[in-house]
Amino acid sequence: MAVEEKKKKKVIKVDVDKCNGCRACETICSAFHAEPKYSSTNPEKSKIRVLFDPIRDVYVPVYAGEYTEAECNGRGEYTIDEKTYDECAFCRASCPARDYFKDPDSGLPLKCDMCLDDPPQDEPLCVKWCLADALTYEEVDEDGDEEKEETADEMETGLGALIKKHGFKRVMEILAKMNEEKADK
Amino acid sequence: MRYAETGYNLEIDLSRGNIERVATDPRDMELHLGGQGTAAKILWDRVSPETEPFSEENLLIFSTGLLHGTPVPSATRSSVDTFSAQTNMYSHSLFGGFWGPELKHAGYDKIILRGKSPKLVYIWINNDKVELRDASHLSGKGTMETAECIKEELNDPRVQVAAIGLAGENRVYMSSIEHYNSSASRGVGHIMGDKRVKAIAVRGTKDLYVAKPAELYDICTRQYKIIYDKGSSVLTHTHSERWHTDVFAWGFARERRKGYWTPEIEEAWKAVTESVHVRFTGCYNCPNDCHATISYPGRRTFYYKCYGKLTYAMAAYKDLSFNYDMQAVAQEYGLDSFSTPQVLAFAVELYEAGILTDKDLPGFPKDSGERFFYLVEKIVRRDGVGDALANGVYWAARQIGKGAEEFDHNTTKKLEQVPLKLGALNYPYFLMTATGAKMNITQTEGSFPQNPIPDKEKRKEFVDKWEAAPERFKKWYMEWEPRTQPSIEAAVNITDWNELMHYIDDSVGMCAFVSAFKGQFNKSSYHINNYPEFISLASGLDLDTDKLWEIASRNRTLIRALNNRRGLRRKDDKPPEDHWKQRIPEVEAQLLDEYYKFKGWNEDGVPTKEKLDELGLNYISEDFIARGILTDGEGAPAKKASAKK
Repeated sequence: MAVEEKKKKKVIKVDVDKCNGCRACETICSAFHAEPKYSSTNPEKSKIRVLFDPIRDVYVPVYAGEYTEAECNGRGEYTIDEKTYDECAFCRASCPARDYFKDPDSGLPLKCDMCLDDPPQDEPLCVKWCLADALTYEEVDEDGDEEKEETADEMETGLGALIKKHGFKRVMEILAKMNEEKADK
Repeated sequence: MRYAETGYNLEIDLSRGNIERVATDPRDMELHLGGQGTAAKILWDRVSPETEPFSEENLLIFSTGLLHGTPVPSATRSSVDTFSAQTNMYSHSLFGGFWGPELKHAGYDKIILRGKSPKLVYIWINNDKVELRDASHLSGKGTMETAECIKEELNDPRVQVAAIGLAGENRVYMSSIEHYNSSASRGVGHIMGDKRVKAIAVRGTKDLYVAKPAELYDICTRQYKIIYDKGSSVLTHTHSERWHTDVFAWGFARERRKGYWTPEIEEAWKAVTESVHVRFTGCYNCPNDCHATISYPGRRTFYYKCYGKLTYAMAAYKDLSFNYDMQAVAQEYGLDSFSTPQVLAFAVELYEAGILTDKDLPGFPKDSGERFFYLVEKIVRRDGVGDALANGVYWAARQIGKGAEEFDHNTTKKLEQVPLKLGALNYPYFLMTATGAKMNITQTEGSFPQNPIPDKEKRKEFVDKWEAAPERFKKWYMEWEPRTQPSIEAAVNITDWNELMHYIDDSVGMCAFVSAFKGQFNKSSYHINNYPEFISLASGLDLDTDKLWEIASRNRTLIRALNNRRGLRRKDDKPPEDHWKQRIPEVEAQLLDEYYKFKGWNEDGVPTKEKLDELGLNYISEDFIARGILTDGEGAPAKKASAKK
């Protein structure tokens, strides 16, 4: 049996102290995801935005995560190094509470794809263009336990569907046969 | 399909409150690119030479550069063009930040303001929705405070605001238009005040297209790294200010203090700078961070730009930290840190000479720094003698009289110049200062080094790596020995190259700090040899080096013509009286003769019919002949001008 490759998690690390607010990440993201590629720019279509309030020295690049149907009940305020951030400053959701991460033409939610779109890039372009290193890219091993749980969940769903379609007995027979074949090898 | 530009201007008649989105002629881009170039064309077409700057007929034009909003890095400088009341000539200034690219994404290349609003308003541009909004609640508010208020009332931090302060509202000639970490100065803020426009707020969410996407992306990715590697403006990133404190004159541009800079001063300056420095900041899509947020105790947080870093302190003979304190106040009032310090120092001199007295300045403090704060309050309100001082040194000297005129020693064409006190006449600098239409040497110089490298081997190394330079300049630079002047032919060519690079930058919206200004240090990321590719791929124009040079020459000539039509002639082309200790009138005359000849201008400094027609500016030669500025015979001096000479 082939050695199972460990699943990698793609992470954009954000260092808010290094951001100078140039928003090049927004320009290049919108260009890469334009159709045809690079044919237009529009920061509003970028899947990364710099949330900034320069007078209060708040510079937070945030890349778009999941769409959410409802906003949170109540918000937190975080004080870090004497600076106060609204909880939304770190939130990656395309959310009804704000108009970040929504396509300005269609209103559809935007979500970061780590530039794995065709052709896939070695690293997200926002990271590539961030020479200040406020954005860096890492691939880390998936957390083991989390992976197991996730896989177990997925298997249960998958097997359940097979059982529903073919019956419990038939599925067990196949599994037993596969087990024998594996032992022969 | 239009590329790089949107193809639309926003026309606002402030008197009537009429707003229109007007399609532009693609041919204008071919002839003038955009930014300052296309703005100058509009000023030529629509503002008659008789127009008073403070009148409804004067236009105030905010232009994006052709490359704003494209992936081409560091194209952030918007151009503001009008006729200034201070000089009664064409006036032009630039500001970076985010405002220009935002306007492009709102769907406009320019905002053309005409008329005057009956009351103070701000303009709110939200894509296709454009409103004139009451700004009475913003009256008297500071530039940054205004921006904060507007963002809050529009409930969107992404809105980009350019605003005037109290100085602009009161039509102070030194007033600036401030936006984030950048500002436009040199005589445009007071026209915005005259038009009763407190601010322009912009929000844009539209696509902007480029002609050759993949190729453009490819060279931009490489260019981004090149710009980053060449580095940010040293003015914000160094603690050694020796060069500036040594070279520039202190007080009212009076004396150099060589040896002022000591290790102790550097230590103190470093300590105070580190204590007030919050963060280096950049402009839109630029890898450099030449600006900084400053939080000085007891003052509102503000952003500083490179040049203003020392000007107030040096003008007041104060400790350099005074500059932070003063700038925080002056910038919020919307005062330009270039001219204002000189006006303040001028007033102090008049007081010490007994021309201004305690009657004019009741309770005038003893300390030079306190005096500056005192004077600023008077100037921004046009209170008492502040009313004259608000008109800049040239006019204030004449309004105050009693010998004050004798003190006006550092203006050209009525505008304050860089505080310089130098020895031997410098040929290219004489020409640039005397003839520059951007009215400030920093906006004209930059491609050719200011001095030769003494060691010939090192000079050769510099030249070998000098990709920005057309070949002939390499030869002239190699031949140039320290403490000598380049030949007149070289001086004329250097002036031409230096200024034309700025004319390109200012039409495409490129920051001179990655382009024209950096050539002298062999650090320009954009230059005549690579510019055509960037502009062509973004805009679809078919450009090469020669064609681009021709466009820059066209824009330069057009702007000269704008001023010629308002009376500018050879007699006006002179530097401040005591910029250089040694003046050589016959060489200066020869320099002007040769420069005019090179430019295709007649001996009175007016472009000839032949030159105008060659550049496709036939409409100007026709106008000049009709007005008698040129006679029908090619190259002949003007009748009117000759009589004056």
